Amino acid sequence: MTFALSDERERTLQEILSRYPTKMAATIPFLHLCQEQHGWVSDEICEYVAKRLDLSAAHVKGVATFYSLFNKEPVGKHQVWVCRTLPCALAGAENVLKHCEKRLGIHAGETTRDGKVTLRTAECLASCGSGPMMQVDRDYYENLTLAEVDKILDRVTR
Amino acid sequence: MLQRTSYLTKRYGDSDGHTLAVYERDGGYQQAKRALQMDRAALIDEMKAANIRGRGGAGFPMGVKWSFMPWPPKPEKPHYLVINADEGEPGTFKDRTIMEKNPHSIVEGCIIGCFGIGAHAAYIYVRDELHLAKARLWEAIAEAKKKGYLGDKPFGIDYPVEVYVHTGAGAYICGEETSLLNSLEGKRGEPRLKPPFPAQAGAFGMPSTVNNLETIAIVPTALAMGGDNFSKLSAIHNLKDGGARLFGVSGHVNKPGIYECAVGLTLRELIYDLGGGVKGGELLAVIPGGSSCPILRAEEIVKAPDPKSPLHPYDGKSVLDVPLGVDTFRSLGTMLGTCCAIVLSDLADPVLAFHNLLQFYRHESCGQCTPCREGSAWLFRILDRIVQGEAEVAELDRLSEIASNIMGNTICAFGEGTAMPTLGFLLKFRRELEEFIVTKGKSGTRRLAL
Ligand SMILES: Cc1cc2nc3c(=O)[nH]c(=O)nc-3n(C[C@H](O)[C@H](O)[C@H](O)COP(=O)(O)O)c2cc1C
Ligand code: SF4
Ligand code: FES
Repeated sequence: MTFALSDERERTLQEILSRYPTKMAATIPFLHLCQEQHGWVSDEICEYVAKRLDLSAAHVKGVATFYSLFNKEPVGKHQVWVCRTLPCALAGAENVLKHCEKRLGIHAGETTRDGKVTLRTAECLASCGSGPMMQVDRDYYENLTLAEVDKILDRVTR
Repeated sequence: MLQRTSYLTKRYGDSDGHTLAVYERDGGYQQAKRALQMDRAALIDEMKAANIRGRGGAGFPMGVKWSFMPWPPKPEKPHYLVINADEGEPGTFKDRTIMEKNPHSIVEGCIIGCFGIGAHAAYIYVRDELHLAKARLWEAIAEAKKKGYLGDKPFGIDYPVEVYVHTGAGAYICGEETSLLNSLEGKRGEPRLKPPFPAQAGAFGMPSTVNNLETIAIVPTALAMGGDNFSKLSAIHNLKDGGARLFGVSGHVNKPGIYECAVGLTLRELIYDLGGGVKGGELLAVIPGGSSCPILRAEEIVKAPDPKSPLHPYDGKSVLDVPLGVDTFRSLGTMLGTCCAIVLSDLADPVLAFHNLLQFYRHESCGQCTPCREGSAWLFRILDRIVQGEAEVAELDRLSEIASNIMGNTICAFGEGTAMPTLGFLLKFRRELEEFIVTKGKSGTRRLAL
């Protein structure tokens, strides 16, 4: 199977390209589009992006591997990040993380067997006044209690 | 001096405070329209008089930065305005609130900023995780465009301006301005050697100004009030640190949050009056403005016998009673940084706090410079051994040696941002560290959360 953007994302790409004086500047937004569609950034995707932007595959791969939000391998259907940095830690982040690990039966950095959830730690997510907090896919959940964590995990593991 | 203000935060409580209609009800976009008809030099003079110190960490005077742009712009070298909303400094969560709750102040600031530096395009670099913030910015841009405030002829005036949102993909280092520029250009977010500075060769190799998001968002307010009047809101206007800004407080306080006040607020006011006091136990220490600023202990007293020191008026007083300012805090041996304080109660273990922060720096070094890459990893390893009860007291000197070797030997200020808080913890918590090592942790409370 060869990778290609869906029609709708292709239109978004054209709009993105119009924002910048160079094609290269679209590299990161383009990789985001690909990841949205495919779940992770494969070598094939790097080559595809490189070809479309007239760049070397090495350049695109270098970019994709630099940034922590680009998945270099398949991940779970839902992404859970628990912020571990100091202000959140002062508010109880460690308990939240431990609770998630126990509930999901995995360690941070791993994906559940059924492929539903990838659990990770995050560094400060600009939500320090409302810790402990976690990001689930695109949404922030703040001032967490373990009961709320349970509800969120119920939803993503369903 | 505690003086609450509401220039940026006025509409924070309104559920539709982020919309154009509400922004305009409060006089929104009048200043952008006015600025586009001003003489550029007069605009820059207003901004210099406003004494807006950069809100991103270094505290550089904004008006002066704008004046560094080559003038007049050459047609073959378009200028760019780049707005830094990467907000990754631990403890910092102020820019996010502006993007979510008052995005039009940013768009209006960008129009004025573009005109001031001779640019026709502004890129707002937002960290990718902030999905609501990005959506709010794009909505605001679309609303402004639809009304004719952006585009070829904003307000019917012949000065084209476009504003775009660009996203990163998870890397703290992209908050460093040259790394951010590389990231904007579609490269790895690795800092560049300076010079050249962004005003000479910035985004896409063209003259550029990088302003923090809060810095640009306050511009319409400063212009509306007049630079001098704006500056005089501050209790330390005499130190060229003017106006009002957002103060954050997190950690062990009863009411963590973002509070807008006139510049000149003290840590005591931030922690006790706004933050509702220390939660559990007594105040042990505070990191004044993001994790890269060296920590202060609650009992420290200001020593500033020299009348020329900006701290002299506070000689003999508690550090908690010094106005939060760029120069005052630099003179204290720490930094104001992003003006978002992290509070530690004495029920928490400072050794674990130190360990937590070094884990952050080890994770975020971009790896270009050996002293930073190896040093940050080494620092963390030693702290980890201390926490595991495996280290010896002599290793504390090793920590300070490694940190000192990072200082001044790196491409970007991340190196200092790692070394300075390290040296700060070693200086301020030497006794606690030694006891922790000797007792294998039994001396500490062994907890961060209360
Ligand atoms: C490691 C590092 C991280 C930084 N992160 C940010 C950031 O997240 N946001 C920001 O505005 N400035 C950040 N800065 C400061 C920027 O390099 C730059 O000074 C700032 O964006 C300039 O804007 P200002 O003058 O308006 O403060 C960082 C600096 C360093 C060295
Ligand atoms: S000091 Fe650290 S973060 Fe900055 S360029 Fe060097 S290795 Fe990268
Ligand atoms: S420390 Fe968790 S959001 Fe800042």
